[in-house]
This record gives sequence, C-alpha cells and structure tokens, in this order.
Amino acid sequence: MTDATLSGMDNAAQRAGADKKALLAADGTPLKQKLARTTRRMKFNAFMLTLPLVLFLLVSFVFPIGEMLVRSVYNPTGSNVVPQFAKAIQDWDENEGIPSEELIEIFVKDLATAAKNREVGKTVGNLATRINYEIPGSRSLFTKTARKVRRLEEGPYKEALFEIDKKWENPNIWRTLKRVTRDYTLSFYLAATDRKFDPDGSIVRADELYQIYLPILWKTIWLSALITALCFIIAYPVSYLLATLPLRTSNLLMIMVLLPFWTSLLVRTSAWIAMLQKEGIINNILVYLGLIGNEHRIQMIYNATGTVIAMVHILLPFMILPLYSVMKTIPPTYMRAARSMGASGTYAFTKVYFPQTIPGIAAGTLLVFILAIGYYITPALVGGNDGLLISNLIAGHIQRSLNWSLAAALGTILLVVVLTLYWVYNRLVGVDNLKFG
Amino acid sequence: MTVAQRLKSQGFIAFAVAVLLFLIFTGSIAGTIGFMLIFGIPLFAMKPMPPYSTIAEKVGKYIFLTVCTVIFIFLILPILVIMPLSLNAEPYFSFTEGMMALDPKAYSSRWYSDILRFGMTAPDATAGWWSDMWNNATWVRAFRNSFFLAIVSTALATFLGTLAALGLSRPEMPFRSAITSLLISPMIVPLVITATGMFFFYGGTMQGVIPGYPEGLAKTYLGLVLAHATLGIPFVIITVTATLTGFDRSLIRASQGLGANGWTTFYRVIMPLIVPGMISGALFAFITSLDEVVAVIFMADVDQRTIPRQMFSGLREQISPTILAVATILVIMSVVLLTTVELLRRRSERLRGMSPG
Repeated sequence: MTDATLSGMDNAAQRAGADKKALLAADGTPLKQKLARTTRRMKFNAFMLTLPLVLFLLVSFVFPIGEMLVRSVYNPTGSNVVPQFAKAIQDWDENEGIPSEELIEIFVKDLATAAKNREVGKTVGNLATRINYEIPGSRSLFTKTARKVRRLEEGPYKEALFEIDKKWENPNIWRTLKRVTRDYTLSFYLAATDRKFDPDGSIVRADELYQIYLPILWKTIWLSALITALCFIIAYPVSYLLATLPLRTSNLLMIMVLLPFWTSLLVRTSAWIAMLQKEGIINNILVYLGLIGNEHRIQMIYNATGTVIAMVHILLPFMILPLYSVMKTIPPTYMRAARSMGASGTYAFTKVYFPQTIPGIAAGTLLVFILAIGYYITPALVGGNDGLLISNLIAGHIQRSLNWSLAAALGTILLVVVLTLYWVYNRLVGVDNLKFG
Repeated sequence: MTVAQRLKSQGFIAFAVAVLLFLIFTGSIAGTIGFMLIFGIPLFAMKPMPPYSTIAEKVGKYIFLTVCTVIFIFLILPILVIMPLSLNAEPYFSFTEGMMALDPKAYSSRWYSDILRFGMTAPDATAGWWSDMWNNATWVRAFRNSFFLAIVSTALATFLGTLAALGLSRPEMPFRSAITSLLISPMIVPLVITATGMFFFYGGTMQGVIPGYPEGLAKTYLGLVLAHATLGIPFVIITVTATLTGFDRSLIRASQGLGANGWTTFYRVIMPLIVPGMISGALFAFITSLDEVVAVIFMADVDQRTIPRQMFSGLREQISPTILAVATILVIMSVVLLTTVELLRRRSERLRGMSPG
C-alpha cells in the first residue's frame, strides 16, 4: 500500500469520525491508531531487512574511511615518542625564543628514553621523520642528538644540547616542535595543498620545487574531463545507432559494448600495452602503411596519451549504457514529425532529439568523470611519469614513502570531490537509475 | 529502381574504385582488407532511406555508419588481439614476422603450459608433478586464491545484498534514498580511498593508540573477503532492485489471502521472480572480486596474490606472454559469464512480461 492511499484512508477516517464516533478495528482499538501501528511495523520490517547490510558496510566500509579521515588530522607521533615533553611544551610561550632549562631537561630525558625504544611508531626515527616533513633536512639533527643524549648523565642540559648541535639554538626548531607534538594537526592538509606552516605559525605557499600535489590534482581533473569528453563524443553516435536499429541487430552489437565491460581491467590494460607500445600493433600498422618511418615510431604509451586512450576504452561502456537507455525511450516519430513540419535534418536533431537525450548525457558524463578521477590501476601501468593521477600519489605514500597521514589527507580531498559529484549525480539522475546491460 | 537502390549501386561502384586505387597506391593486401572492412561494412549496413532525404543526408548517414564501425573496432579489437598474441612463440607482446606470414613455427602454446609450470620447484620431474603444480606454481596459486575469494565474497554479498534489496523495494521503506546511496557508495568511492581506509582499519594501525582497538585483519583471507564483498554489494543491490521494480505487489497479498505464511510467500512467489536478478548480481559481484586488485595490493600477503595482482606485478616487472595467455582464459570466462547474464536478463523480462520475445 502506498503512503498516498494510507493518508487518503486517514482523511476518510477523520471525516467519518467528525460526525460519528471514531471507527473501530475488529479488536476494538480506533482504526486510526491501529493503522498507524501497522504502518510503523511495516516500516520497521522493511528497515530490518536492510539492517544487516547497513551494519556490515559500517564495519567494512564506513569505519575504515572514517579512520582515514581521522588519520588525516590525528598524528600522535609527538606524544608517543616524547610524552612528557609533548605535554610540557604546550605551556611554553613561543616568544621566549629558547625554552627554559627545566623544559629542555624533560626533552633530553624523553629523548634518551625514546632512543632505547624499538616499538614501531615510538622510535626517535618516527619523530625525526615527522619533523622532517615540516623542516626538510632536519632528520639527522634528531637522530644524532638522540644517539648522544643517551650518554648525558646530568645538566646543565641546555649547554649540552647546544654542544651537540648549533641548530638547537635556533628558536624556530622549538616553535616547530611545539606545533608538531600536538596530537591534532592540519599540516598534512597544508602539505596536500602545497602549503606549509612558517616557523612563526602562519600559512605560506611551499617552495616552487615542492609544489607537486595541486598540479597533480588539477591534472587529474583535466585528464578526467578530457576522458569524459572523448567518451561522450565516441559514445553518442554508437548509442544512437544501437537505439535506432532493430532489436535483434542492436542486441548483437550490444555484445561488442558489453564484452569489454565484462572483461577484466587488467586484461584490457595489457591489451592496450600490446596495441600501443613502440613495437605494438598500431605502430606496426602505421609503419606498414608507410605513414611513419620505422625509426620514427610514436611513443603512445607510458605517458598521458596512453592513460587517456586506455581509460577511454575502459570507461566507454559507462557512457554508452546510460545514453542508450535514454535514447531507447525517445519515440522515432518525434523526428519524423519535425521533418514533416519542414525542419532540416540538423535542425530537427538539435531542437528535438538532442534535448531529450540530456538526462542520459548527465548520467553518463557524471559517472565516467567520477570513475575517472579516482582511477589507479591503468595510470599506474600505462601512465609512465607523465600520466600519473592523484590516486597514484596516494598509493605511493601508503606503500613507499610511508607518509600515511599525507596519504589520508590527499585521500580525504579526493573523497570530498567524489562525494560532491555523487551528490550532484544523485540529485540529477538518482542512484536507483543505475543499470547494467 | 528507387533512389536508395540507385545510391547503393552507385556507392558500391565508387567503393570498388576506391579499393582498387588504395591497392594500387599502397600495394598492401592487408591494408586493403582493413580499408574494405572499415568502409565496406557501413555500405552493407546502409538501409534504403526515406524519399525526402537529401544527398547530404545520405552521405552524412554513410559517414555516421563509418564512424560507428571504427568505434566498434576500437571497442573490440584490443580484446581480440590478445588471443593470437598469446600463441606467440617468442617472448614478445607483438606480432613477429613469422606470425604475420602464418608460419606454424611462429606459434606455440608454451605460454599456456607456462601458466602451470612457472614457479614449480621441479617442472620437469614426473613424480609428484601434479602436487608440485597445485601447491607451488605461481599462477595456479593465484587462480586458487582468486576463485576462493570470489566465491566466498560473492556468497556473502549476494545474501546481504538481496536481503537489503528486498527491504529497499518495499514502498514503506523509510530513508530509502539515503540508505540506497550509502549501499551504492562502495562503487562510487575510488578504490584507492576504500583500500587506504581498509589498509588502516584492517591493519590495526590504531591498535595501542586507541584503547580496545581490534586486532588486525590485514594479510588474512577474512580481511580480503570482507573487502571484496563490500565492493560487490552495489552490483547485487542494483540488479536485484531492477528485477523488483515493476514487481506486482498484489501477488504478495494474493498469496497471503490464499493462506500462505510469510516464508511460503517468499519462497514460492517472490523468490522465483528475483532469482534471475540474484544470479546476475552474483555474477557481477563475482567478476568484480575476480578483477579487484587495489585492495589486494594494499592488504594481501605474498602468498595471497590473486590473478589480477599477479598480472599487475607481471606487467610492471617482466612482461611475458604468459600474462596474455591468462588474459585469454579470462576473456573466455567473461564471454561465458556475459552470455549467462544476457540469457538470465531475457528470461527475467519474459517472466515479468516486459517483452514478448
């Protein structure tokens, strides 16, 4: 029973109740109350069916992503490695320049304890790495100092520290230490957007040389837009053909669209390597036809071109299928009517046919763009250096440089972009309209 | 003779002249065959056009069909090309001259036997060959891992997904759009982000940082099954909900009115109608798991490598046609799965009376 009929019955019951007594159900309760109870139970039953999956996804999907969000701002390295100092320095006034002897004593003792610690996440190396993100090149200062302070028996600690390295006399080191030993930090978001904290705490652009993430993010968006546009240009005529052919023929041709869709991503990527490489099929054909010389084979792979070609092929079905399903519903008589009223072929197409396909275009372009912006495997295999996308940087930070907080911050930025587009998709198209085949 | 027929006959004459000129100028047989395919197919596909269409429209239609032919070739050629390449006798990803000349010596099935033999401790020993192959061959292990993961995660995804789809398709479902978007989101959120989150969460990296944090599931099959089931769920939801749209809900009331209880109604009325959707959804989830590689890269141990993971490192480290042999097997599998899904879809449409065929 739909909500509309239920409320309709509600109104009927009210109107009846206005002049007579309230209608009663078989067991004597008022009909209205009984109905409300039944509706509630039905809603509850429907919800209970989805509950196991919702709980499953909470644990397997939502919490993991939540942890990524937390990790992008939460980095307890400071309070793990030098716990006493991390607490004490927060009360220190940055304008003092160099901390007092007592604070430095706490620091030296913490560092000496940490130097003996081998537990993952609590070593001096971890802290040194963390500070190195803020002041590049300061890693050795910490590892060296930690080695030497173990032999330090008594004060004055301040002089001893200055003895070990002159850099400790620089107030900026202490200011940075105060910021870094806080558990919550925004510095990974700054790093992800090519910014950094000045020693005095203000936010500045990173040096030209270190600006890598924003350019890659823009390149990802630009390449995704290009891939989406190419997919649209290629998919539109094919979808039109499929939608206008007789069902038997179009079903047969549909197989050519669906087979790539069902074929493994890795298979298609390796196929494109075979097609595009220097000794590959495309180059062979071009040489064979005499269009290019044997020594001038074109480099079409391991760069952005390879990424774009392979991704257009891989994402094309996601554009064709929504376009096809919309075009399928457009009656061919509309075009004929326009023609019979004197419109030219082009005019009829732009004024009558094209506007009706816009829902399909919206669905297809949004879906392809969303999928393209987060692509990892294909760029990693055929992208070389020039065709890498933001996902490849995230994976690199997880697997190689082990800067997990930065990976989390980059991931969060990408997630926000994708979820915004998903929200738009949901408003314009609706997720329930997603279909395959 | 109608205008269309005349155009077609003139078109064929023009086409024959073009082919001849192409052959004379380039002097290559293979090129001419390609030329004939690309420009000849649209000519054959041309249908007689309405009498009011102008010459420009006819030419436009021909160009349109040519463009479509090229696009279809673009779609299907890469997949077809790997099949002969996997029979290459040389360890290259490209056609050798012998292969072009159809020399039998240039073809070999060595890469297929390499699937079984690569990684074995003693590939040439006769005693214990089978157990050696089953336990040690790298690709065989990858196939075993992939199929184990795919089957278990598909079962989990199909069960939970079907249950949820049944709830979502009820008209009285509260918060429907919010819950649907949540359940579909594993398909939308980039795999790298999902895998990063799972890497942290299943890796137990917050253990010791947050009190009572669960111990890690990284490098366990359980963690991988959960990850793959999560990624397969949207496909099950989408296909099963699609079978349930247009489901005549009065059938349920009719069944109840005739005295069936909830279980009988489900088993005898709902179930037969949604089974095609369930199987399609399960096949989608299966192929998703079989194809998934990012979560495996982030979370799996060395001996938990799956087929795509093995292909991924193969393509990065040493490219060998063994990858193409595996790829060919996967394509054949895709064809089988695609055929099954298509047949099921038609059956489901017939059952629900949506199309006469």
